Amino acid sequence: MKQSSSIKTWFDSGKPWVWLNAGAVSISLVMVVGLLLLIAVRGLSHFWPADIMELTYQEPGQETEILIGEKVDHETVPAQRLQLSGLELPEGQEFARRTLLKVGNRDYYGLDFRWINDPWIADINYPEGIMAIERREWGHFYGYLANVKQQGEVVASGDEAWDEFQARLERSNSLIQQIKGLEKTEIGKINHGLEQLRLDGRRLELNGVEQGSLPYQEIEEQRKLFDERYATLREELNGLYAALNRDQITVRMADGREVEIPMAKVVHAYKPNGMGIGEKFGQYFHHAWEFVSGEPREANTEGGIFPAIFGTVMMVIIMSILVTPFGVIAAVYLKEYAKQGAVVRLIRIAVNNLAGVPSIVYGVFGLGFFVYFIGGSIDEVFFQAKLPAPTFGSPGLMWASLTLAILTVPVVIVATEEGLSRIPRAIREGSLALGATKAETLWRTVLPMAAPAMMTGLILAVARAAGEVAPLMMVGVVKLAPALAVDNIAPYLHLDRQFMHLGFHIYDVGFQSPNVEAARPLVYATAFLLVMIIVILNLAAIGIRNRLRETYKATES
Amino acid sequence: MVEQTADDKTVLPAPDSATAKRRRAWREVKDKLARYGVGFGGISVIFAIVLIFFYLLYVVLPLFQGADLETKTLYQTEMQQSEFVTLNEYNDVALTVNGDGTARFFAAESGETMLDVEFPIQDKTISSTAAGAAVTGIFGYGFEDGSAFVFNQDFKVTYPEGTTRKIIPRVEYPLGDKAVQIDPKGQPLTLLSLQSYDDQTTFAAVTADSRVVIKSITREASFLDPSEFTLEEESTEITLPAFTNITHIKLDIDQRELFLVDDKGYIHYYDIQKKTAPNLIQKVKGVPSGVSITTLEFLTGGISILVGRSDGQIDQWFPVRDKDNNYFLHNVRSFAEQEAPIVAISPEQARKGFLALDRSGQLGVYHTTAQRTLMVEPYLDTADAVMALSPRANGLISLTADGGVKLLDIHNEHPDISWHSLWEKVWYESRAEPEYIWQSSSASSDFEPKFSLTPLTFGTIKAAFYAMLVAVPLAIMGAIFTAYFMSPKMRSIVKPTIEIMEALPTVILGFLAGLWLAPIVEENLPGVFSILFVLPIMIILTAWAWTKLPRQLREKIPDGWEAAILVPIVILVGIVSMSMSATLELWLFDGDMPNFLNEVGIDFDQRNSLVVGLVMGFAVIPTIFSITEDAIFGVPKHLTVGSLALGATPWQTMTRVVLLTASPGIFSAVMIGLGRAVGETMIVLMATGNTPIMDFNIFEGFRALSANIAVEMPEAEVASSHYRVLFLAALVLFMATFVLNTIAEVVRQRLRNKYSSL
Repeated sequence: MKQSSSIKTWFDSGKPWVWLNAGAVSISLVMVVGLLLLIAVRGLSHFWPADIMELTYQEPGQETEILIGEKVDHETVPAQRLQLSGLELPEGQEFARRTLLKVGNRDYYGLDFRWINDPWIADINYPEGIMAIERREWGHFYGYLANVKQQGEVVASGDEAWDEFQARLERSNSLIQQIKGLEKTEIGKINHGLEQLRLDGRRLELNGVEQGSLPYQEIEEQRKLFDERYATLREELNGLYAALNRDQITVRMADGREVEIPMAKVVHAYKPNGMGIGEKFGQYFHHAWEFVSGEPREANTEGGIFPAIFGTVMMVIIMSILVTPFGVIAAVYLKEYAKQGAVVRLIRIAVNNLAGVPSIVYGVFGLGFFVYFIGGSIDEVFFQAKLPAPTFGSPGLMWASLTLAILTVPVVIVATEEGLSRIPRAIREGSLALGATKAETLWRTVLPMAAPAMMTGLILAVARAAGEVAPLMMVGVVKLAPALAVDNIAPYLHLDRQFMHLGFHIYDVGFQSPNVEAARPLVYATAFLLVMIIVILNLAAIGIRNRLRETYKATES
Repeated sequence: MVEQTADDKTVLPAPDSATAKRRRAWREVKDKLARYGVGFGGISVIFAIVLIFFYLLYVVLPLFQGADLETKTLYQTEMQQSEFVTLNEYNDVALTVNGDGTARFFAAESGETMLDVEFPIQDKTISSTAAGAAVTGIFGYGFEDGSAFVFNQDFKVTYPEGTTRKIIPRVEYPLGDKAVQIDPKGQPLTLLSLQSYDDQTTFAAVTADSRVVIKSITREASFLDPSEFTLEEESTEITLPAFTNITHIKLDIDQRELFLVDDKGYIHYYDIQKKTAPNLIQKVKGVPSGVSITTLEFLTGGISILVGRSDGQIDQWFPVRDKDNNYFLHNVRSFAEQEAPIVAISPEQARKGFLALDRSGQLGVYHTTAQRTLMVEPYLDTADAVMALSPRANGLISLTADGGVKLLDIHNEHPDISWHSLWEKVWYESRAEPEYIWQSSSASSDFEPKFSLTPLTFGTIKAAFYAMLVAVPLAIMGAIFTAYFMSPKMRSIVKPTIEIMEALPTVILGFLAGLWLAPIVEENLPGVFSILFVLPIMIILTAWAWTKLPRQLREKIPDGWEAAILVPIVILVGIVSMSMSATLELWLFDGDMPNFLNEVGIDFDQRNSLVVGLVMGFAVIPTIFSITEDAIFGVPKHLTVGSLALGATPWQTMTRVVLLTASPGIFSAVMIGLGRAVGETMIVLMATGNTPIMDFNIFEGFRALSANIAVEMPEAEVASSHYRVLFLAALVLFMATFVLNTIAEVVRQRLRNKYSSL
């Protein structure tokens, strides 16, 4: 009796409801922190050179096989589910435990991943000789190194093979660097020159210059020069390719098959089982650096994400250059110059609301207005020779930045206005009383004091812009940009080019790539990078805002 | 203080010196410049922002414009025997097919003859004429001796000087330049219909002795020499009931269906897929008594027929499949805008629209799917005329019996969109009933686009609803605790942590929803639901247990840290529920809950609304949390202190005083959160299957407006109806969020005023 009445009074006191509310906070916190941890753990573990296991697998009714691979996942599922997918399990077994093994060697096995059932696994061991090879095509390869060949002749086998392999790998990688350099810069320049000549010809045609007259002949001569230069370069490249194709390695797979891999296809190789912790960390940072600085391979599912980082940064910089002056001017106008009344209040509400308009709407606007309308007009006037191929009339870096500038300008306006309204009247009045004009007051005292607020606004704008994907899908982002927006061909900065973006990279690799399972770690790593950038930017904004408040608290008192 | 005089050495010039004046003037100029510069800049930025709305509107508005005719030329010719007329793609070359066995190609604008054709029909007497589907350009003559002759128009386009177009018209004879015997009995063909498509040509004719004869000819080109071919023939005859007087006969372009109309207003619908065994599917009275059928024409695609009536009404009929898989003709929609008997109907070739001319010379422009009458205007003084639409439906030519030619430009860009086709149930061709469907494109050109925004809007609402279901309780309860009960120290950590999540890119949330959470939810469905029930109970139990703990232990942790104590409980419940999931599944759902649901009749998709609700709810929590927290924290202290002083418990103060005062703020928080959920793109794009279905089932996906725009916009052809409808979808989103945010903002402003007056 006493017990129940004490429960009743406890409920009447409202304490349980307070605890329930506390529970809501806890759930939110757990979700937030859990999410960040999930991304961090999955993203960061992508670079870790995990041990590779060798195991004997005996599926009932099948031949015993030896598998080599990395353990990726492990789960317990109801036996029913496996039986539905056509797997024979002993009667009465309720649960099955199974392991996801990354077996690699997609060109030989067909699939890189394989679910294996725990009861049928025997003899797990981690031989030091197993190596993992990162290849330019077909994903990872796991197996033993048998020998190293030059032009088909074995030059090293057994224990020396590994060192020989590493040395020759270095050579082939540097050759590839050279080839890429030549193709990108020299041949790129020739292609660009040829394209310019074609445009010159078209321009002459448009201007009604007679066919075969002097200007045409000049173009023809220049074209010949380019062709000659191309021929010599081709020669040089052929030599490099021949040198590159000199070496091969022979590797033995888990099932004993020996296959040959051309050295040119190997990015790098390592033996994780034999590594000490220090070496593993070395390997880890090496991988991480390659990820941040390398080019994507295999439809973006492997390699690095440098072009995406570069594209994101370029876009954000151009956007900042556009958004800061306009946002600040609009805020100054609203706060300092416009007559405060119903109209300004309405505008303020409208600006506030625009921050809440879905980003996809801005994307639609950007595509229709900037790309098709303005870009199309620019093409008609300035790039007539290139038509019907669009220059600015198609999605590109310029329009993406401009669209995001419009999207983020309310953020800058709101933040700047808030900063301006925090500056005590006394400071403005003091300046005016000393005879300064309004413009001088603004320029010399008010704006410098509001600078941190503008900075906050800009940082928030950048953080928002860096994470937006939906509008970019319409105004300039592509899954694989053929060239960066900055290169060594005049005018060096190509605002009309399409670009890659971290956020879109996540969407594209995670949802549009043919081999999602293999690409998943890379997506986590990309997501981690993006989250880090955005969280750091936001923390910076919060820090600046707090410091700002402290400063003005001092001036106000 | 020392008096300062003008004699003193000073860096500044004297106030009234020329230099000082000049400087003052310059400063004034600078001040003015800044004033106007900033004014101009500020106004233009605001203008640019407002431009978004007006630009969207500018793109959308043409959708709702009517049609417009503009007479280009009007002239008199000697062509007075025209049976059919056609106009080519560029509105510059026209063809008239005459009743005397000749035809003439002429320049549409001037009437200048380009090519005169006299058909090799020897001295046969023409008893009927026929035209196939306008796309094919096929025409034919029926003769007194029961034979028929067929030809088609062809335009060869060349560019002899690079940019200027030259069109060379000509006629071709698909079955050779000889007449084909249609009626084996040699009776005159009084009515003829023919179609020729993909090497197959079919004739259907009514003979003078009231029989219907059908003949199908398949042309097979020789393998060795494509110019040589053999013809394979099939023919049959339909016997009509006595006293049936056929007035119209029409074959569809695929040569599978035959429609006959008699003078009593009956439509006879035959299946002639087997040419040797035609099958009467239905004989249906097409008009009420007293009204007769005056024209019969196919809509493009050959599925629907358009029936023009003597009372000026036009009915659209098409076969509808019933429950037993039988097709029956159905009068799907009618247009009763004209009053005089309809004498000619010209269907568009690429859209489901048509033009109709009545006896009083009025011309109507219609679209079937959108159920739109775009225009009815007087067009000709006489009804004794033939007319033709150009393939792009932007030009119309007519030739009256006395040789008058009229060429018009038609401005009718978007007849296919109307309020009806966007928001209401529409009965599409080959569908069993009116439905809401979004299906914007397909491979074939005579496809009927289905632009219903209703399923997409429904998807958006569904997503927002489930997201709010997750977000509102968690965010508001969390805000209540954080603002009112939490210790300041913990609050200074918790608030920024949750707020930072607002900036988390939604593409990451979408990716996690689609690739991480969706499979987990699918495999641990019972676990996910058990968390829902177990968690609140466990929290209350923990709270109860806490009161039972020894006082010393409890006092170590001050009030306001309850949330921290509960964190391990939440994690524990989560882990236990998930690991129990498989066992629960085995007990309750035969070991596979998705499969179980399917068997019960609830469809289950892996990427479903539950996942979207959880993740989008998560995305919206920070928004609602932050604004609610501000509103509650801003409640003036004297109100709460007063309530507590009067003996109310903190919880009573919370519910009776604080929440009431802060409720407008909470309302505006929910509105802003809703606005965000409505417009969210990446999460719905990645975490659902994006199928436009209308079903509130939590285990199925949907297609939201925003995701639809993201998917289809890059592929939409500029200025097409599809493109403009997508802009309309964007405008709808814009308006919806703008209205929600404005309500929220106004409410918030009023709340702020209320607080300051308290």
